[in-house]
Amino acid sequence: MSGEIATTASAWSSQQGAAALAAPSLAEKRRAFDWRILLGFLLPIAVALLWEAAVRFGLAQGRLVPPPSRIFATLLALAETGELWTHTWMTLWRVVVGFVIGAVAGIVLGALSGSSETLRRLLDPTLQALRAIPSIAWVPLFILWLGIFEASKVALIAVGVFFPVYLGIAGAILSVDRKLVEVGHVFRLSRFKLARRILLPAVLPEAVIALRSGLGLGFMFVVAAEFMGASEGLGYLLVDGQQMGKPDQILAAIIAFALLGKLADSLLVLSTRPLVRWQDTVRERL
Amino acid sequence: MLELEHLSKIYADGTRALSDINLFVRQGEIVSLIGGSGCGKTTLLRLIAGLDRASAGAIKLDGEALSGPHPSVGIVFQEPRLLPWLSVFDNIAFGLDHINATERKARVEHALEKIGLSEHAGRWPRDLSGGQQQRVAIARAFVTHPKVLLLDEPFSALDAFTRASLHEHLLGLWEETRPTVVLVTHDVQEAVTLADRAVVMQPKPGRIFDELPLTLSRPRDKTGLPFETSVRRILTALDHSLNTPQQQPQRERDRQAAALWW
Repeated sequence: MSGEIATTASAWSSQQGAAALAAPSLAEKRRAFDWRILLGFLLPIAVALLWEAAVRFGLAQGRLVPPPSRIFATLLALAETGELWTHTWMTLWRVVVGFVIGAVAGIVLGALSGSSETLRRLLDPTLQALRAIPSIAWVPLFILWLGIFEASKVALIAVGVFFPVYLGIAGAILSVDRKLVEVGHVFRLSRFKLARRILLPAVLPEAVIALRSGLGLGFMFVVAAEFMGASEGLGYLLVDGQQMGKPDQILAAIIAFALLGKLADSLLVLSTRPLVRWQDTVRERL
Repeated sequence: MLELEHLSKIYADGTRALSDINLFVRQGEIVSLIGGSGCGKTTLLRLIAGLDRASAGAIKLDGEALSGPHPSVGIVFQEPRLLPWLSVFDNIAFGLDHINATERKARVEHALEKIGLSEHAGRWPRDLSGGQQQRVAIARAFVTHPKVLLLDEPFSALDAFTRASLHEHLLGLWEETRPTVVLVTHDVQEAVTLADRAVVMQPKPGRIFDELPLTLSRPRDKTGLPFETSVRRILTALDHSLNTPQQQPQRERDRQAAALWW
């Protein structure tokens, strides 16, 4: 049958051409993709070079908006004195601890409310009501309850991480294809086995996305937490830069945040990729 | 032997999907349920599979009443319903959890060979064509060696060529363990190709209209006259099933006669 199709296709060369257009070889696709990645760097690099040139040639002062060279010099200096690592390490530690607490709570409560109608009716309204509160609003209370040091910061981050994870997990479980669950029923899987062999794998892709958005919020809230009084952390570098009038330090800290956030996200994606490799979507390269 | 006794199903909204179905299927017989849409074919299959509960009546397998999914009853759905995160091999092995590893491996490999997908054992379902996926689904149902296999229009989404080759794969697998097969279809050719008996159903509410034995010898010659005759017989029965309010004209005539009498 496939032979037949091949001969018909070769009969019309235009059709062949169309087929070639529709399905380029893998190697071709990869090369084309690399090109477009480079395209993305063009704009920021151009802007940076222009600004650098403007400051060098005296067209701009660059006092409040320091040129890239000065930002990188600051970054290097911070790295050399070891300050950068202490601050990065502190921030990372807070995010990780807060993320783990928030994510575990989100997964557990999300799984409970996703898999049981009764529990959903019991839990969900309260959690949704709490979600409506801007997480930063908890700060004064957390400081009163947990003190001004690490506990209150971690608590704020955990709250920030919790809600997207909870929503994502509960929603993912509720949207599992009934048809696949029926396959489990046909093979008479117990409730536990159904959860392990069908629900869990089916939920994984959406769970990864929920964790990623949770991690993103974790980084958002670590800044808020470090604003409210810290002597260490990248957020402290930001505040310090503002108070001391060092915009280069602020920008250096921002760059460190960007790199750290991207790195953490990539690590999360990489470590979960084997679990969701089976997915048949266009999202493979995200 | 599979027995359906006075089976009816009324949905929560009051729809009468099935009414008083009585059907006896011998061990190893292939019965085809045929009928227009909405005559409750799929509902009937879901009742036997234990995925839905009957409102009244009983389903018995070798005298044992079935309530809920049973290890001796397998089903192949209209869609393959493979688990996308399992390889082809693991999909086929899905129902063999309780069996030891060597036996499981042997059964799955044998089934893979039977459906001609041995070289695809390690691939994801997404890499297979629709016909290949449906073959995997059929193999998944067969490897548990069910006594009764239910097929819910498993070939309806496939093209004619693929369908014909799948009929052969199905019969090939069936030859080995000879399970009782209940095949739902709306394709008369398919019914005559596969079944020993065609059960024609009628809609609103779903009930059995007629049963036609198909005694052609196997393998069946689809171009022969006996095949054509059988197809025509089923088509005629289907036609009648759809325009049966025949009692209606009869009663009308009676009333007219009565009017004349007065």
